[in-house]
Amino acid sequence: MAASIRLTLSPCLRFIFRGWKFRNVTEYHSNVYNRIHNVYNFREFSKSPVYKSGEYEWQDPKSEDEVVNITFIDREGKRRPVRGKVGDNVLYLAHRHGIELEGACEASLACSTCHVYVQEEYYPKLSEPKEEEDDMLDMAPGLKPNSRLGCQIILSHELEGMVLKLPSITRNFYVDGHVPQPH
Amino acid sequence: MYSPFKMWNGTIRSAKKYACLRTTIRFSSVAKHKVCIVGSGPAGFYTAQHLIKNEPNLEIDMFEKLPVPFGLVRYGVAPDHADVKNVINTFTSIAKSGRLQFIGNVTIGKDVTLNDLRTAYDVVVLAYGAAQDRWLGIPGENFENVVSARKFVGWYNGLPEESNLQLNLNVEKAVIIGQGNVALDIARILLTPIEILKKTDIAQHALQALKESKIRNVKLVGRRGPLQVAFTIKELREMIKLPEVSNRIHLEDRDYIEACIPKTPRPRRRITELMLQSADTKQADVKDSSKQWELIFHRTPLEIVKSENQRSVKALVVGINRLKEDNWENPQIEDTGLRETIPCGMIIKSIGYKSLPLSDELPFDHIKGVIRQKEGRVEGMPGVFCSGWVASGPVGVIASTLQSGHDVGKRILDDLRKGICATSTVKPGRDVILSQLATRGVEPVTFVEWETLDNEERERGKNQKKPREKIIDVREMIDIAKKVQS
Repeated sequence: MAASIRLTLSPCLRFIFRGWKFRNVTEYHSNVYNRIHNVYNFREFSKSPVYKSGEYEWQDPKSEDEVVNITFIDREGKRRPVRGKVGDNVLYLAHRHGIELEGACEASLACSTCHVYVQEEYYPKLSEPKEEEDDMLDMAPGLKPNSRLGCQIILSHELEGMVLKLPSITRNFYVDGHVPQPH
Repeated sequence: MYSPFKMWNGTIRSAKKYACLRTTIRFSSVAKHKVCIVGSGPAGFYTAQHLIKNEPNLEIDMFEKLPVPFGLVRYGVAPDHADVKNVINTFTSIAKSGRLQFIGNVTIGKDVTLNDLRTAYDVVVLAYGAAQDRWLGIPGENFENVVSARKFVGWYNGLPEESNLQLNLNVEKAVIIGQGNVALDIARILLTPIEILKKTDIAQHALQALKESKIRNVKLVGRRGPLQVAFTIKELREMIKLPEVSNRIHLEDRDYIEACIPKTPRPRRRITELMLQSADTKQADVKDSSKQWELIFHRTPLEIVKSENQRSVKALVVGINRLKEDNWENPQIEDTGLRETIPCGMIIKSIGYKSLPLSDELPFDHIKGVIRQKEGRVEGMPGVFCSGWVASGPVGVIASTLQSGHDVGKRILDDLRKGICATSTVKPGRDVILSQLATRGVEPVTFVEWETLDNEERERGKNQKKPREKIIDVREMIDIAKKVQS
């Protein structure tokens, strides 16, 4: 009996700890309205903790008007359609849907672990990458002309139907700084 | 197929649903395989992450030499790179997932041997990094005020074993040998205004010493040219943007560099362009500053010279060399025979780290300072794997260690499934190791105990408006960590 309680609890605990990670972020976004309407000024607001929390992405769209459908192609090449909404940060949206996009630095532009390839026709629709993002992309294994960091992509209606591909798993274990190229 | 990992990201309702499924599966499943990871830095945690996500039937223990986790994230990442340390949140959620047990304050190779681990666990993952210095092999390396980058970084980050490092910052000129990101980190820490540094988690003793530092000029000396620098653009840009500090990038072969740029891939092109652009900016007009850093290329350190009647360093003698062939990617260098003396009162050697074998039977490449391995599998030792810098050498940013950790995790699961590393006998796991430690008087520190220590450090930092004040003394760490238990 004790064992069964423990076993039932453990996944819940895990969920709680996951939430804990986000709850510990000092400030929450105060106003969803502001957030949505700041989307196009993202470059100015990106350092704001609003975008770091990842809480917003866990809210379901309030109406169909907000919905933005995108598709991830995961590291094994499988298509993973995701129903997002206007204002969602692609990194946290991926987290919500169990897509293996890491985001080690939590969208603070200090790593390149949320590197994605953007479908060609959608690439120009994204805001220009800022200098810090380009600097981080330079360190990303498998950099391509359509590379972006997932944490810097905020969904808008314009991006409806966009496909984002995650760099594939490397087949060769690399040493001595060899940077594997994606297939 | 049912995937336990989905629960990580599911809603509460689905978590409950899976919980029921999980119970049935657990009861029908066989004994768990036991895995231990040596080292609690990025390589260890990312390997663990892959294992936890993809295989529910594993019992994972993580051993750490210090009472505190996170390895180079705590003791390597520069204090002013707080954003990079966000990765600790992910590591914490892994440690608290209930799938991994952190066992700190245990030195493998001393308290417990590799053989003990192999007897107790199905899989042993060595992820203990590269904590040894490389030597230049030139005269004068043991003079006073000649230190390795590893020691210097450990010193400002509050690494217990380097907290008493003897340094004399009462000199004007410092030379850093090497042109990688660690070299730039050190130059930045030496030159950053103290008002900025004091808001970071830099160790108090380092902050005090830097406050009184007289260092005005830092030269970063490299053997090869601007097209071969190992540092990355983010770190270079930070240096260029340092407040109240000017820079001088010595470009001797500008035409050649410009001719090479179109042939280079984007990262190399952008960083080279930034250097050219910065070399063009007239520094004196831009800022009226007394502090300066310089990038000096094509110089091989030959000898360290000390002042007469003193034990302290006076200058670095370098040989001037040139690139042998027109191959910007990996050129050979040759000595021109010309010599130069660079006056300096302090030298920091930032020429890379290496690992040491933690046991004699471990196949080891002593020249490269790495474990002999193939795809993360240690040669001739089924069931023993290695991940991160102990396998690859000290290269790459956190994204590379993440990828290598996940790759090794994948191979561990492959080998377990194929039955290569798990025997039919059930391994005893942590119990046997813990009782062994108890008889030897070692006090293992758990993750919960680390969190007590973590809270104390944050609390102490508050008084000084720092994110945390790291505790330096190992005994004090353990005492604080164990406090809550009593």
